[in-house]
Amino acid sequence: MGTGGTSAPAPGGTVRLRPPRNPLDARAVGWWRTHCLLGSGATVLTLTGVGLLIGPARLWLAAAAALVLLGGAASVLLPPCWYRLHRWEITDTAVYTRSGYLWQEWRVAPVSRIQTVDMTRGPLQNLFGLTTVVVTTASAKGAVTVAGLNREVAADLAQHLAAATAHIPGDAT
Amino acid sequence: MIDVSTEVEAGTDSPRDDWTALDRRTIAVTAVLMTGVAAGAGVPAVLGLAAGHSVGFALAWVLPAAAALVMSGVLYDGVRWHRTRYRIGVSRVELRTGVLLRSRRSLPLERVRSVDMTADPLQRTFGLVVVRIGTGQRSGAGESTLELRPVAREEGDRLRAVLLDRVRAAGGCPPEAADGRLASLDPHWIRYAPLSFTTPLLGLVAGGVLLQVADWIGLRDSVLRRAVDLLAVLPPAGVVAVLAAAALSAGVLGSLGLFVETWWNFRLDREPGGTLRVRRGLLTTRSISLEERRLRGVGLVEPLGNRLAGAARVDALAAGLGTGFDDDSTDHATLLPAAPRALAERVAAVVLGEPVSPTASVRLTPHPPAARGRRLRRALAAAAVPVLGLAVLGLSVDGVLLVLAGVVAVVVTPVALALALDAYRNLGHGITGRYLVTRSGTLRRRTVALQRDGVIGWTATQSVFQRRAGLITITASTAAGAFSAHDVGESAGLRFAEDAVPDLFGPFLERVEPAPRS
Repeated sequence: MGTGGTSAPAPGGTVRLRPPRNPLDARAVGWWRTHCLLGSGATVLTLTGVGLLIGPARLWLAAAAALVLLGGAASVLLPPCWYRLHRWEITDTAVYTRSGYLWQEWRVAPVSRIQTVDMTRGPLQNLFGLTTVVVTTASAKGAVTVAGLNREVAADLAQHLAAATAHIPGDAT
Repeated sequence: MIDVSTEVEAGTDSPRDDWTALDRRTIAVTAVLMTGVAAGAGVPAVLGLAAGHSVGFALAWVLPAAAALVMSGVLYDGVRWHRTRYRIGVSRVELRTGVLLRSRRSLPLERVRSVDMTADPLQRTFGLVVVRIGTGQRSGAGESTLELRPVAREEGDRLRAVLLDRVRAAGGCPPEAADGRLASLDPHWIRYAPLSFTTPLLGLVAGGVLLQVADWIGLRDSVLRRAVDLLAVLPPAGVVAVLAAAALSAGVLGSLGLFVETWWNFRLDREPGGTLRVRRGLLTTRSISLEERRLRGVGLVEPLGNRLAGAARVDALAAGLGTGFDDDSTDHATLLPAAPRALAERVAAVVLGEPVSPTASVRLTPHPPAARGRRLRRALAAAAVPVLGLAVLGLSVDGVLLVLAGVVAVVVTPVALALALDAYRNLGHGITGRYLVTRSGTLRRRTVALQRDGVIGWTATQSVFQRRAGLITITASTAAGAFSAHDVGESAGLRFAEDAVPDLFGPFLERVEPAPRS
């Protein structure tokens, strides 16, 4: 390091971040798939509709629709990879998440700095029985979210964090 | 003014002060302002009408319209003044306002983070200031700020003292009682003002404005013809040189003027009760207060021109800055304009209460060579875009463009590569005392010293390319913003994060056994 000041916790050797312990709910794969398919399906339908109305542009629109269709098909294959990469973990002191596929992101927020814990549930998530937990701190980087948890797990998690942060004084900045 | 009662827990709050009205002279200010507007619109209208008809006819039309305009402005402001009341309660500061829709808003006193005052020249003649009381919440910029437009200057000072320095609430805040002057304007600093990329831009803007004004008074064509006639005697290169020199000198004048208007009578003070206060401005005066316990660190900002001249600007990194103020947020946070670097370091040290500024005492660790490769590749890609574009055009449209593409390639590529190397050299991170320090940037180098106990979270990001190169970007999140060490070595970066703020990433780190090399 050569930075002076404090010493490293485990001297020597290279370190890396280990994956958080818990996976999301397995139904998240289905949720992501449906999400992608609905998105691409709507686009293909729109393109086809426009193509039926406008003759001259049909070739281009068909090409675009084919591309979107391909993307939609690929999105059926990707969610298992996402599922492997998206993980979360809560310890007594911190919330730790990993997300992203091409751009991976690890985030850690100390429990002592948590301001609010929210649960949200979109209509599609509702269908799969999934919940998103949003952990807000005063951080300029925004809230830490865990999307795609089992309802009971999410409720437990929110309750646990709310209890842990209830007696923290100040405004956690 | 649609929002009604933004803060929910309005509750009962026994008053310390009674409800107070804004300063009545706001109506006079509005009257003067509206008269000015009416005159600005009316005089050309009279001149225009008088050309076709008689002067009396023109006045008969324009004067009543102007009077109506002034009257309605005054009436509106009168109603607004009548309906606006504020008070500082025991636990909340409250504001009732609204002309058509009444709104009632309040902020908890312990959340008040800033009390800033501005006064434009007109308000100054009347001895008035606009007071903005902010909570420093980052979300919903408008809602976390109460604006008192305007109150008397003494009342503004009183509010500032009461809200920011509740210990000394009784006595107001006489300026003589200041704890100490940390910095004041040195006129020599003005030499750094034109050393900016905005200078040539200002010049171009000035040219544009000149033509626009000439157009308004119907002289644009003759101005242009005159200019063309004057320049016709010169060779083309001379024309370019003259135009560039004109734009540049206009830009220099403009940036000097802007500096004087912004920084005239600049003072940075530390006041009792732990408040930093910046006061500045020639025509429009500003007073910006900042509670020191919200300070999370300082940033030393060096735009390329200033860096070459050995100057740096000092920014405050404070929780909740950059909201609730409608002008440039970087201005709001600036504690010292571009000044000699040694002085900037000294001011940073005094502001942080350290013997030496952490930006000076730190030994920055450079980042791995892979980060240089990334910057060089990016620079080449950026240079390739205009060159390839011109080349394609050259092949398809006109061969002359091919030559141009070559010229651009020869000129732009070395500049881009030099900037990339400089950007790599500037990368660094380190820990010194209570602070962690990161540095990055080339056109605008920024050295950030952040209090380690102000960090409330880490983010590590890694793209596919970074993963292949063994690099990672580590971002420290604070309530005052997020600050990154870009493209640091994966292991070194994680250790840096753990050293700086123990037990955040620490429990989640694992040792990697060195892989057997094939």
